[in-house]
Amino acid sequence: MLRVIRDLLKYDGRFRFAFVFLLAVLILAISSAISPYDPGRTFKVPADQPPSLQYPFGTNSRGQDMLWWMAFALRNSLFLGLMTAVVSRVIAIFVGLTAGYRGGFVDRALMSINDSFIVMPVLPVLILLSFLLRGRMSLVMLALILGLFGWPWDARLIRAQALSLKERAFTRTAVYSGTGSLKITLNEHLPFVLPVVFATTVANMLWSIGMEVTLSVLGLSNVELPTIGTAIFWANQHQALVAGIWWWLAAPVVVAIVLFLGLYLLFSSVNEYIDPRTRLRLMGG
Amino acid sequence: MRNFVLRYLIPRLGQWVMVIFLGVTLTFIIPRLSPNDPVERQVSQIMMSGANINPEAVAHLREALTEMYGLKGSSFQQYLAYWGRLLRADLGPSLSTFPTPVTQLIARAMPWTLGVLLTAVLISWILGNLFGGLASYYPKNPFIRVIDVLSQAVRPIPYYVMSLVMLIMFAYVIRIFPFSGAYPPGTRVQFSLPFVLTVLKHSALPALSLVVVGMGGWFLGMKSLTSNIISEDYVVYAETAGLRENKILFQYVMRNALLPQITGLAMQLGTIFSGALIMEVVFGYPGMGMLTLQAVMANDYSLIMGIAIFSIIGVATSVLILDLIYPLFDPRVRYQ
Repeated sequence: MLRVIRDLLKYDGRFRFAFVFLLAVLILAISSAISPYDPGRTFKVPADQPPSLQYPFGTNSRGQDMLWWMAFALRNSLFLGLMTAVVSRVIAIFVGLTAGYRGGFVDRALMSINDSFIVMPVLPVLILLSFLLRGRMSLVMLALILGLFGWPWDARLIRAQALSLKERAFTRTAVYSGTGSLKITLNEHLPFVLPVVFATTVANMLWSIGMEVTLSVLGLSNVELPTIGTAIFWANQHQALVAGIWWWLAAPVVVAIVLFLGLYLLFSSVNEYIDPRTRLRLMGG
Repeated sequence: MRNFVLRYLIPRLGQWVMVIFLGVTLTFIIPRLSPNDPVERQVSQIMMSGANINPEAVAHLREALTEMYGLKGSSFQQYLAYWGRLLRADLGPSLSTFPTPVTQLIARAMPWTLGVLLTAVLISWILGNLFGGLASYYPKNPFIRVIDVLSQAVRPIPYYVMSLVMLIMFAYVIRIFPFSGAYPPGTRVQFSLPFVLTVLKHSALPALSLVVVGMGGWFLGMKSLTSNIISEDYVVYAETAGLRENKILFQYVMRNALLPQITGLAMQLGTIFSGALIMEVVFGYPGMGMLTLQAVMANDYSLIMGIAIFSIIGVATSVLILDLIYPLFDPRVRYQ
C-alpha cells in the first residue's frame, strides 16, 4: 500500500495534486475536533466579517465562523460519502458478481433492473423521498438512501469483470473440485474485483457528496447540520451575493472544488494504475 | 428486418416499459413507506392557516384528500387506480395553486427547460467529441492541451457548484450577464425579436454552465476511446496508404468512437436532466427546476409527485428515442 502511494507520487502528476488537495481537506475535517465553538450555534462571532487573519473564511450574517462551519461540513460530507460508498459497494458487488457468474436468466433480470436504475433520473425520486422525510432526515439515513440508488454503474463494471473471470481456468478447476458458487465468487473472484471496487468507491463518494449538496440547496436535508450544501442553502436564503457578502458563497464553493477535484484526480489516477499497460507507460517501463 | 425487430427493437421497448414501471412503482411505494401521512400533514397545514374550521368540515376535507391522493381501498386497488390515473395523464390538482392541474404547471415550465437543455447537450456533445478526437490525433497541439487540462478540472465539479462559479464570475465580478430569470420581471411573454433576444441573453449563462461541465466529460470520453483506436491496424494502414489526415480522423478514428458516445449520451441523460434542474435553481430560470423549488417551498405534495413521475417518463422516453435513432449510425444494426 505505502509502496503504491510512493510510486504514484513519483510518477503521476495528477496523484500529487490529489494528494495535496485531499490532505488539505482531511486536515480541515480533522481539525473540526478542536473547534472552539459549536458551528451550528448562531451569533458566536461578529456577523459579516470579510476574510481576515482572525477569520480566514470570513463570518456570515448569522454570526457563524465559516472556517469552522466548513471544517464540520467536510467531516460530515466525507462521512456521508464513505457510508454511501460502503452501502452501495455491497449491493454492487453482490449484483455484479452474481449476474456475471450465474449468467443466463439471472444475468438478464438483474441487468435490466440495473439499466433501469441507470437511466432513471435519480434526483426527482430523491427529492420526493426527502420531501416526505423532511425534518426526520439524519445524515445516516440520507447515506443509506443514496446507497440504495448509487450502485448500478459499478455493478455493471463488476459484472463485466466477473464474466471474464468465469471463463478462466482456475474457476473451472474450482468448480470441478466441488467448490460452491458462493465460495467461488467470494474467495476466488472478489479479490480480482477489489481494485475496481476501490476506484469506484471514490467515484461514488463524488456522486453522493454532490447529491447531498443538491438536496441541501433545495432545503430538503437537515439545514442546521453543517455541510457544504447547507452552507450554500443559508447563503441563498440570506441572498449573500445581493448583500455583497461573497465569501459566504465562496467558502463552500472553493472547499467543494478542492474536495471534488482531489477525489476525481485520485480516482482517475488510481483507475489508470489498475491497468498494467498504462502503469508501465507512466513509469516508462 | 425481422432480426432487427426481434433482437433490437423489442428488447429496447421492453426496457423502456421496465424503467417506467420501476419508476412509477417507486413513486407509489415511497410515500406509503414514509412516516409522514400526506393527508394529515395537509389537514394540519390548513388548520394552522385558517383559525376556525369546524370538525365536520375537517372530516370532509380529510375524505376529499384521501380520495385525491388515491388512498382508498387495499394497496393493490390503490396501485391499479394510480396507474389508471396516470394513463389518463391525470396528475391531480396542484395544492399550492389550487385548482390548477399539475400537468398544466409542468406544461408551462417544460419548454424553458427543454430549450436550454437541448441546446446545451447538443453543443457540449458535438464540441466535446470533436476536440476529444483531435486530442488523441494531435496530442502535442497546445490549444488542445489547454482544453484537456480544463476538462479534467471541470469534469468532477457538480452542476450546482459550476453554476455558482459562473454566476459569481460573470454576473457579480464581471457584470456582463443578468443575475437571474429568463427575462426581466414584468416583461410580457411574447414572440417578438426583442423578447427573444433578452431571453437569449438571460439563457446564455445557464446554458454555458451546462456546456462547460458536459463538454469536459464528452471530451475525456472521446479522447480515451480514440486513443485506443489510433493504434489499430486499419488506421496505420490508412496512414501508410497516404489518405488525407482529416479523412482518417473523421471516417476511420472518430466514426468508430461515435457509437459508444451515443450510448453514453443515452445513459447520461438522466444525470444531465437532474443537473439542469439544479442549474435552474441557481439562476432562477423558470423551468422544471424552479417549479420543483417552488413545490418544495410551498409544501405542494401533488406537484412534487407530478414532477417526479413526469421526469421519469420523460427521460425514459428520450432515452428510448435516442436508442431508436441509434441504428441509423450503426451499420451493423442497420444491415442485420
